[in-house]
Amino acid sequence: MKSEKSRRSVVNIGDRIFRSTTWFFAFVVFALVFLMAYEMLKGSQLSIEKFGFKFLTGTTWDPVADNYGALPFIFGTVVSSLLALLLALPLSVGVAIFLAELAPRWIERPMSFMVELLAAIPSIVYGLWGVFVLVPWLRTSVEPKLLAISDTFPLFKGAPYGFGMLAAGIILAIMILPIISSISRDVLSAIPDTQREAALALGATRWEATKIILSDGRSGILGATLLGLGRAVGETMAVTMVIGNRPEISASLLDPGYSMASVIANEFAEATTALYTSSLIEIALILFCVTIVLNAAARLIVWSVTKKFKTA
Amino acid sequence: MNEFSSKIFYWRKAKSTLMTSLSLLSVIVAVVPLFLIFFYTLLQGVSAINIDFFVQMPKPVGETGGGMANALVGTGILLGLGSIIGLPISIMAGIYLAENENAAFAKIVRFLTDVLSGIPSIVVGVVAYMLVVIPMKQFSAIAGGVALGILMIPTATRTTEEMIKLVPNVFREGALALGIPRWKATLRIILPTALKGITTGVLLAIARAAGETAPLIFTALGNRFWSTDIAHPMASLTVFIFDYAKAPFDDWNRQAWGAAFVLIVLIFIVNISFRFITRDRYAGKHN
Amino acid sequence: MQENITKEIFMTTNVQVPAFVPPMIENVHKIETKNLNAFFGKTQALKTISLSIAQNKATAIIGPSGCGKSTFLRCLNRMHEVAGGTMNGTILLDGKNILDYDPVNLRRRVGMVFQKPNPFPTMSIFDNVAAGLRLNGVREKNHIAETVERSLQQAALWNEVKDSLGKSGISLSGGQQQRLCIARALAVSPEVLLMDEPASALDPISTAKIEELVYELKKNYTIIIVTHNMQQAARVSDYTAFFYMGELIEYDVTKKIFTMPSNKQTEDYVTGRFG
Repeated sequence: MKSEKSRRSVVNIGDRIFRSTTWFFAFVVFALVFLMAYEMLKGSQLSIEKFGFKFLTGTTWDPVADNYGALPFIFGTVVSSLLALLLALPLSVGVAIFLAELAPRWIERPMSFMVELLAAIPSIVYGLWGVFVLVPWLRTSVEPKLLAISDTFPLFKGAPYGFGMLAAGIILAIMILPIISSISRDVLSAIPDTQREAALALGATRWEATKIILSDGRSGILGATLLGLGRAVGETMAVTMVIGNRPEISASLLDPGYSMASVIANEFAEATTALYTSSLIEIALILFCVTIVLNAAARLIVWSVTKKFKTA
Repeated sequence: MNEFSSKIFYWRKAKSTLMTSLSLLSVIVAVVPLFLIFFYTLLQGVSAINIDFFVQMPKPVGETGGGMANALVGTGILLGLGSIIGLPISIMAGIYLAENENAAFAKIVRFLTDVLSGIPSIVVGVVAYMLVVIPMKQFSAIAGGVALGILMIPTATRTTEEMIKLVPNVFREGALALGIPRWKATLRIILPTALKGITTGVLLAIARAAGETAPLIFTALGNRFWSTDIAHPMASLTVFIFDYAKAPFDDWNRQAWGAAFVLIVLIFIVNISFRFITRDRYAGKHN
Repeated sequence: MQENITKEIFMTTNVQVPAFVPPMIENVHKIETKNLNAFFGKTQALKTISLSIAQNKATAIIGPSGCGKSTFLRCLNRMHEVAGGTMNGTILLDGKNILDYDPVNLRRRVGMVFQKPNPFPTMSIFDNVAAGLRLNGVREKNHIAETVERSLQQAALWNEVKDSLGKSGISLSGGQQQRLCIARALAVSPEVLLMDEPASALDPISTAKIEELVYELKKNYTIIIVTHNMQQAARVSDYTAFFYMGELIEYDVTKKIFTMPSNKQTEDYVTGRFG
């Protein structure tokens, strides 16, 4: 193949030019990621030099005194994302199982499509719905009940604002469910039927056979989860509108919080000093690194799983 | 022969039925928010929709009525700018990936494109701020366009690649057998065949960019007045929703819902069309 | 006896053959089908199949591709309905209609080995064999370990894997994987073993090993083996059924099918004139 290619490109300048041109644009995409990393490193220089690693552990966020510590935001992002994962993962796996294993095709296709449509709703619309529907509902119907049991579960102490970590977690869960379930469904569908037959022929019940299939696909589902987590970490508008925007670390889910993406969204345009801006850029840099790692790990895992079953 | 207890057997069957029902339940729970959100937006938003809404400018604080004309136009301009910046790169890169499927560099680029798609849009906004707002010393539609253009690249690149790969190999082989050079075969035969799919993929990327808010907040900023000046702040549909949702005025909130409804409808139309056009690809997926 | 199998051509006399007597009269009938019809949607795959399978014997099902052999097998353990097929007619296991059994229970008593080996990839060799046991609620470690060893020995795989039971099921060669699947099926103590072209995906040496296995296993299990390899059918089976286009053309003692078939179509097939 290779010698044929080089023979032809010697003969045809047009091919060479075409290939070089398309290669160039592919290179632009390649370079883009590194350009972004470079720009953000450059922008956070000021903050990195001033605060060093204490930036990650500092809890004061004081624009007036020009003193910044990112821990409340890191905490907010971590807690809201993990809560979202806790809520979304069992549901997503349930959906994936239903679509890949149990549903007849005439149900599966429209259902899969509806789940994917959920992923297309813009973050701002989720935020809008969150503010006017979810938050009031939490405030009036859910949180008072949680407060009633908060002596046994200190996780639910506080006041029923409606806004807060719980609202953010729930909205994020709705938002990441489509991505986790569609990738999981793809992973499960890629597992050949002969596995299911082997399990059933042994005398397994439907659920037991499904458990074996889930076990076969578990690394793919892990990859899907990482991708969902990556999305939750980076979500901005929906979280900003319901999380309460208070940069404090609290042990209660009912309390307001603040996420990394939200603080950038709320404060970037009005950042008064260079250090302020630089600190916000450094937070963006943290987000950048975290999502890249999560996404890269996830893609590698999902890719290797579907490859394993294609060649098996 | 019956070393296996029948009590355990009944428990296994019961568990199987239980888990199957739970699975069905989770689908219902998953799909319910979709309907909730869509229909709630419809209900709330439809009352704000009238001709004025699309044609008029926002009214000053305190006055009811008015529209989002400047925001609509602004989104159009921003998407236009984003397309000019992002689409040529995406399509060409997509062609490269489709034509050089197994090259090592192609695999790297494909991987990086996927990684790029996972970068939060707000981070892309920060980059656009640094690349455009700082040198220009002001917020502008150009900066917003750059941010949106970058956001379009992962989707448009991958869909272009997929659509080109969907064109059956026989077309290319037929052309090559006629003695047509490879690059002409791609340009004149493969691309036109894939054009419908590529266009829908591009529209999908644009639709996704249309729904973005975060990167615009500190690049294009927003504008309460009519402006088509791309070197200055510009209004957009999404920032309009954000501002009007935060406001303490019921009328403004209602308009936010109206704008949200328009946005969802447009995005759904594009998504449904995309699914419809690529339906054959999904036909064989379920066993 | 075992060495002879590999050298035997279907015309030799090493197989013990009584005087020709229709199987129906002579043996205990483990499985009986009466007027079995099977469908995939509107397409009819099996037409009024009536035959009796003898207990603790090996019965081969032969015929050209698409004649319904695999479908017949899958009806016997109700896997046909899993693939979306329908059937009518009667199938009896030990005299009782299999539709009266719960499919899960039935499949424990009627085990199956598939054409392409399909061990569970995320499980070790040990866990693969133990899978059926554990599903049925067996917990005692000793019992499981004993059963795993016994099954692997019955599948003639024990000596090759006894020191590496923890390795992944798919780390074995194709022939070994298939014997692993046989061991897995045997671990739940089935009474019948359905084998759907078990050696067709394997090399000749592994094929020979599988054939030896069938010869040994039939002492304790009722075996029904689908094969497109006529020599194989002649080597290992006691009775052979010839299917063509969904119908049962002839069913008799193996030696008779291959030396003096009653039906012209059977004769044409076994002499290679078609198929």
